Amino acid sequence: MKGYELYIAIAYLVLAPFIGGLLAGFDRRISARLQGRMGPPLLQPFYDLRKLFTRSLAPVNRLQVPLVVSHLVFAVLTGFLIFWGGDILLIIFVLTLAGIFLVLAAYSTGSPYSAIGADRELIMMTAYEPMVILTLVGFFKVAGSFNFWDIAMIGKPTILLLPGLFIGFEYVLLMKLRKSPFDLSTSHHAHQELVMGLHADLGGPSLGLVELAHWYESVYLYGLVFLFFSWNPIAAVLGVVGSYLIVILIDNTTARVKWELALSSAWVVALVAGVGNLIPFYLLTGVTH
Amino acid sequence: MSGIEKSPWLIHYDASSCNGCDIEVLACLTPMYDAERFGCIVTGDPKQADIFLITGSVNHLNIPVVKNLYEQMPEPKAVVAIGACAYTGGVFSECYNISGGVANVIPVDVYVPGCAAKPESILDGVVRAAQILAEKRKSLKVSQREKRKAMKKAKRVKGGAKAAGGQS
Repeated sequence: MKGYELYIAIAYLVLAPFIGGLLAGFDRRISARLQGRMGPPLLQPFYDLRKLFTRSLAPVNRLQVPLVVSHLVFAVLTGFLIFWGGDILLIIFVLTLAGIFLVLAAYSTGSPYSAIGADRELIMMTAYEPMVILTLVGFFKVAGSFNFWDIAMIGKPTILLLPGLFIGFEYVLLMKLRKSPFDLSTSHHAHQELVMGLHADLGGPSLGLVELAHWYESVYLYGLVFLFFSWNPIAAVLGVVGSYLIVILIDNTTARVKWELALSSAWVVALVAGVGNLIPFYLLTGVTH
Repeated sequence: MSGIEKSPWLIHYDASSCNGCDIEVLACLTPMYDAERFGCIVTGDPKQADIFLITGSVNHLNIPVVKNLYEQMPEPKAVVAIGACAYTGGVFSECYNISGGVANVIPVDVYVPGCAAKPESILDGVVRAAQILAEKRKSLKVSQREKRKAMKKAKRVKGGAKAAGGQS
């Protein structure tokens, strides 16, 4: 892959919306089947997106649209930097910035629903961030580099060296993808205790941009899952598809938790699974690299 | 084709219904009827909704709410009035506090009959409303194009008049 990073990053820019849309489509279809329903067509997310972009743009203020656009730009930039082989530590900052822009867009509307959604999204960010950083520290320990392709090309079964970090990362993946039980900030499903939340008051095209950003995000998140399985192509396919299915299963079988439990459990998981994995690993291999 | 009929998002409001029709609206989302087959999502946000499902006879207290929800929805939009109450006020039509049907407050596109309306007929109404949305979208586009043309023409005439004024 060395030497081709830029092409892969550009391919990500072009293809990620299609892959992300298909991931969302399969997600809705599989969820429906799990509930004994037929479910929407596979391409339904694309129909939704096309419709959203034909709706009239009715921003509630002049700040909302620039903030939503910045959210999309930084979400795309995060994935671009990851696949371009940028420094993953820098990428963490860009990833956080993308999230912050969405939260600011929600706060700017003045709607109480988006304000609660934005509060909860901030809490979720504080919940998942430590685990994400620990995961990257683990990758660095294994590969000696913060570059995506260096980690991918290490040729060691990373999942066997870092099983705790994988469990922790799966846990926060649910938060980052806003899946139940951690869909506190917003959810497409009707009749939740908080209607829309973070996405309230985003009309038509601006909601479309947020959806698009979410598709870009889901692609690079599964790209990070791939790093755990990159030593073998079959393991990589099984690992990524497996974690995708596990996320759907958990989404459909759990009820929404309160923010206290979400935050404390994420930190406990980061401490037990994450640090509990890293300390023995450091002790066994030494602190060098 | 804008594809709006392939993803009609709904908003549901109970305007002083007896809840019978509302239970049937919820039944549409269950595995038995599965409204998501048609790409429907029930959103809670009028700004994201295309079709307004309204049940009940609309009393004087919730008239402003109904109007507010309707006005927040972006064009094109369709209204589905569900059940006998939403049509004429139903068994409540003689009550002192009832406006006597949704059409007295906002324009209605589809009426779904029944007391309570059956989930099958509600789905039928939603699909019909989605088709109406597609037609509305088409005519909206045409009228926008004509508006733009008329504005351009008016500008040209105005500009011409100014030029003529300058010469004289």
